[in-house]
Amino acid sequence: MSEIIKKPKVATVWLGGCSGCHMSFLDLDERLIDLADKIDIVFSPIADIKTFPADVDITLVEGAVTNDENEEMAHTVRKHSKYVISFGDCATTGNVTAMRNRFGTAELIDRAYKELADICNSIPNDHTLIAQLNEQALPLHHVIRVDAFLHGCPPTPDEIWFAMNELLQGRIPVFKTQFLRYG
Amino acid sequence: MAVKTLTINGEQYSAQEGESILSVARQHNIPIPTLCHLEGLSTVGACRLCVVQIEGIPKLLPACTTKVEEGMVIHTANEKLNKYRRMIIALLASEGNHVCAVCVANNHCELQDLAYQVGLVRVRYPYLFPKKTLDATHNDYVMDHNRCVLCTRCVRVCDEVEGAHVWDVAGRGINCEIITGLDYAWGNSETCTACGKCVMVCPTGALFEKGVNVSEMEKKKGFLKYIITARQKKEWVTISNE
Repeated sequence: MSEIIKKPKVATVWLGGCSGCHMSFLDLDERLIDLADKIDIVFSPIADIKTFPADVDITLVEGAVTNDENEEMAHTVRKHSKYVISFGDCATTGNVTAMRNRFGTAELIDRAYKELADICNSIPNDHTLIAQLNEQALPLHHVIRVDAFLHGCPPTPDEIWFAMNELLQGRIPVFKTQFLRYG
Repeated sequence: MAVKTLTINGEQYSAQEGESILSVARQHNIPIPTLCHLEGLSTVGACRLCVVQIEGIPKLLPACTTKVEEGMVIHTANEKLNKYRRMIIALLASEGNHVCAVCVANNHCELQDLAYQVGLVRVRYPYLFPKKTLDATHNDYVMDHNRCVLCTRCVRVCDEVEGAHVWDVAGRGINCEIITGLDYAWGNSETCTACGKCVMVCPTGALFEKGVNVSEMEKKKGFLKYIITARQKKEWVTISNE
C-alpha cells in the first residue's frame, strides 16, 4: 500500500514590522527552490491568499502586535497553527515597532498625520479601512503562546534555513547557543 | 596574611584572607558572569549577576562582595543560579529601552553578551517602556538614559580614577537615574574634564561618543589597567585593549 506523503503546510505572517524578515527569507535565493519541494506555502504576504487557512503546520510571524488587526491575526494564527514561530526581533522583543510605546497613541498619530504632514493634515478615521493602533506594540508572546523564537534584525538566511530544516524534521529549534542574538 | 581553603564546584582552592569569591574564581578561570564589576574599580554588588550558592547559607550571595571563609563550599553554576541570572537580565531588559537593532553599542554590548550567555530567548515580564531622556549637551559625548542599567561604573571611574566625581545616582526604585553634578545638563558641568573614561567603562550604549552610528561604539577598557599599574607600581606599560 502506497502512502501519500503530504507536504507540511507553512504560513508566513507580516504584522507590525518593516518586512525585513520576509526580505531575508527571500534571500534564501536558490534554496527557495529546495524549500518549495518540501513545503506548501499556504498563506504569506508574498502569495495572493486572502484568508488564513485552517490546519497550518508551521507559521512564521514577523513583527510586533501593534494594532487591532494584528491582534486578531495573532489569535487566528495561534488557533490554526501547530507551531508558531516568532520571526525576528520585532516579534520577539517589540524592537523598533515598540519604540513608540513611550508616547501615547494620540500624540503619535498627531505627529504623523498632522505635525509632519505637508498636505491633507487630518487624521484618517475610517477604521474599516485602516487598523486602529493599540495603546502599546507588544512582542508576539505577550499576546499568544509562541513555540520558538528566531532572533535577529533580521534573522539571516542561514538562520532561517536552519530553523526551517529543524522544523520540517519535527524539531522545535533551540537557538540558545547557535543563533541567539538581538539586533 | 592567613590562608583560607575552600571548595568551588567540587575542587579545592586556597585563597588569601579578605579576598572575594569572585577574585578567587577569576584567578582559576572559573567563569562567573558580572556586569557592574570592573577590575580596577571599587566593588558595589549592584547587579547581583555574580550570585553564587554557598552550602549552609539559605540565600544566594554575590561573589564580588562576599569574602572567602575557611571551609566554604561554593557552587558557581547550576540551573538555579542560571535561572536567577536570566531573571536579572530579563528585568534589566524590561525596565529600560534596549533596542539593539538601532543601538550604537550593538554587537559591542555587555548586556547583549550576557543575554546570550544566560540564554535569554525571550523576556516574559511586561516591558515597562519608561519615558527616559537623552542628554546631548556635552561637546563630545552623549548620555542616553534609555540604555542605562545603573551599574554605576561611570560614577566610580570618574570618582576613583579621574578624581572629578561628575556623576552621581539620584532617585529611588524605577525613578533611579545617573545625574551630572546636582542634576544639571552634562554640557554645563564645570567639573567634567571630558576625559571619556565613563564612556569607555559603560557596558551598554548609554554613554557614547558623538558622531557614532549604529553598532559603531566600541568601548576600550585597557586604559584602566594602564593607569592603575602606573599609579601603584610606577610602571607605564601599554596594555592591550580588551
